[in-house]
Amino acid sequence: MNKPVSPDELITDEDGPLYAPRKKVYPQSVSGRFRSIKWRLMAVCLGVYYLLPFVRWHRGLGAPDQAVLIDFPNRRFYFFFIELWPQEIYYFTGLLVLAALALFLMNALGGRIWCGYLCPQTVWTDLFCAVERLVEGDRRAQMKADAGPMTVKRAGRRALKHAIWLMIAWWTGGAWVLYFADAPTLVRDLATFQAPVIAYVWIAMLTASTYLLAGYMREQVCVYMCPWPRIQAALTDEWALIVTYKYDRGEPRCSVKKAFDIRSLGEKAGDCIDCNQCVAVCPTGIDIRDGAQLGCIQCGLCIDACDAVMTKISRKTGLIGYDNDINVQRRVAGKQEIFKPVRARTVVYASLITVVCAVMLYALMSRTLLDINVLHDRNPIAVRLSDGAIRNGYTLRFLNKRGFDRVIAIDVEGPANAKLHVIGADSVTPDRPMIVLGRDTTTELRVLVTAAFDEKAEKSVPVTFRVTDIGLGEVASATDHFVLP
Amino acid sequence: MSDHNEIDRVSGRSTTGHEWDGIKELNTPLPRWWVLTFYATIIWAIGYWVVYPAWPLVSGYTTGLFQYSTRAGVATDLADIEKLRGEKMAVLGNALLSDIEKDPALLALARARGKTVFADNCAPCHGSGGAGAKGYPNLNDDDWLWGGSLDQIMQTIQFGARSGHAKTHEGQMLAFGRDGVLKKDEIVTVANYVRSLSGLSTAPRFDAVAGKKLFTENCASCHGDNAKGNPELGAPNLTDQIWLYGSDEETLVETITNGRAGVMPAWVGRLDPVTVKALAVYVHSLGGGK
Repeated sequence: MNKPVSPDELITDEDGPLYAPRKKVYPQSVSGRFRSIKWRLMAVCLGVYYLLPFVRWHRGLGAPDQAVLIDFPNRRFYFFFIELWPQEIYYFTGLLVLAALALFLMNALGGRIWCGYLCPQTVWTDLFCAVERLVEGDRRAQMKADAGPMTVKRAGRRALKHAIWLMIAWWTGGAWVLYFADAPTLVRDLATFQAPVIAYVWIAMLTASTYLLAGYMREQVCVYMCPWPRIQAALTDEWALIVTYKYDRGEPRCSVKKAFDIRSLGEKAGDCIDCNQCVAVCPTGIDIRDGAQLGCIQCGLCIDACDAVMTKISRKTGLIGYDNDINVQRRVAGKQEIFKPVRARTVVYASLITVVCAVMLYALMSRTLLDINVLHDRNPIAVRLSDGAIRNGYTLRFLNKRGFDRVIAIDVEGPANAKLHVIGADSVTPDRPMIVLGRDTTTELRVLVTAAFDEKAEKSVPVTFRVTDIGLGEVASATDHFVLP
Repeated sequence: MSDHNEIDRVSGRSTTGHEWDGIKELNTPLPRWWVLTFYATIIWAIGYWVVYPAWPLVSGYTTGLFQYSTRAGVATDLADIEKLRGEKMAVLGNALLSDIEKDPALLALARARGKTVFADNCAPCHGSGGAGAKGYPNLNDDDWLWGGSLDQIMQTIQFGARSGHAKTHEGQMLAFGRDGVLKKDEIVTVANYVRSLSGLSTAPRFDAVAGKKLFTENCASCHGDNAKGNPELGAPNLTDQIWLYGSDEETLVETITNGRAGVMPAWVGRLDPVTVKALAVYVHSLGGGK
């Protein structure tokens, strides 16, 4: 039974609002080991993203010579030496499985490495923050400006910031569409307003989303929109190296002078001087000293900030560092630190990655570049000829995935003395019809198989069509049924 | 009915004077934006009458300023499709009938066009795959009443058989029984003889000599002395295993008694020449063409 709610128990304004307003984060600039790793990774990621469409790859006459191209109109995907057809979409499934396993392995080894260093949201937000600091000044200057009145100088700087942001966002959207058509041609068409409308629409959408997500939403995406922090909590264990404040060493927090006094009395004082630098530099605005939490993307910038302070006050660095709970407890208990990258979990992930890689590589290397499909006539399913022989009609579809024309011969095996007739074949010999398959295309042929009628034969016997590339000797075959009326 | 000018004490508004079970309706004016929107829709509706077809008249309707018509729209769309198709079909129209099957691209085009036209026009009688039915020839086999070459097939599609067109195929299976040419027992004898020609079983006391004599006198003029048929007259080959109406004695007796004269319509006025060409190639490629 539900107890009736009395008016006193209802939520009132005094309970506070039902949602928390966003507190703007002003991440302070920092330099150090992890910051420089992040700069380099950002350069690599953005470099690959912006420049890859312009890499050329010669594939022969008539074929696109863009290294990475998703060719929707012709239903082909080109990746350097690989050309995939629509029916080979399962390679992408394999790629997604690999990506998931790689994420799992990363997570088991070093926590949310993806979030802190590689996630597009992190990379672009980092870039936008750098621009912001360059134009509007560092944390303090920004906070002071925001608290003060709007001046002409400030408005000008803000306008400049947004202009640069929009330009980056526009480039980001622009680079995206270059993956779907010949990049140099598309750039020229875009500039002269000859490009298809859909290209402009996509650029506009991605410009808007980049600008909004990296410029305004930032850590809100990580905390409220992204499912990964929730998933990774289920994937991680006590061995994973995560950004940790070593409270066994830091607590109790006290100033340098006070710590000196306490220590001279022979009592324990923490190394943390409560300078709040780790909070100031955090791009998501959290306090790492509160322990592992959802908002932490584990970028390691607080480590850089803390190490700089520790160096300044001549204490050992690493008060905040990649560590795990096990070591915190071991240190408290006076035991040695222990790191175990090789564990059941990581071994399983690594071997799964190896297996999937091997399977994909094998599939890619052994995939056929000549294929045949067969479709039996359904109406009529079999025809009786005037001399009493039986004939079945089939539609054969050949796939030539090579970049050149090739001559193939078609053979049939099935009912005794079966004769093959290909409609429209460039027959060289009557018994072995040959046709030319155009490069990188499918070809459809109608063929008839005729065999003497045998009362005692079964109603249906298997029939196999075999195609042989006259030049390369490649063979493909498909089996169907020869049916009696 | 209460007083029209009564003022509601709570809201301070007048009432409309309507009252239901003690509940009175307040005379609340409509919001200005709502009223303006309502007027705008009225003006819009008047504009609509002027611009689009609206009013039925005695013999017709007002066509409106735009001369808008969905029927004309469909006609325009169809014309666009025809134009698009025309460019491709022109290539087909210019090609020699005998060359189409040698060019894979032309063959594919002709087969694609032929297949849809066949489904629309021919399938009701010949079946969707051309398998035919009793009295309607199977177009997949190699038995052709009027010849199975590309030219002959095109000829038959264009002018039909017994269609009434000036160039149509003519030829009749006479009603030997109904017209009193042959007696009942003679018909049975000929029927058994015809069955024997293709190796089918015959009645126990069947007189082969009499059968042959009757056949030579009555049937050979059309079906030939050796009963191999004659495409000029549409006379079927009686020695093979394919029977348009069936090969049992009863059916043959029926055929000889009352005759047969199936009709294939002429398509020359109904389908354009290129379409007929595509259709001929398609039917030929079904497998029965010679």
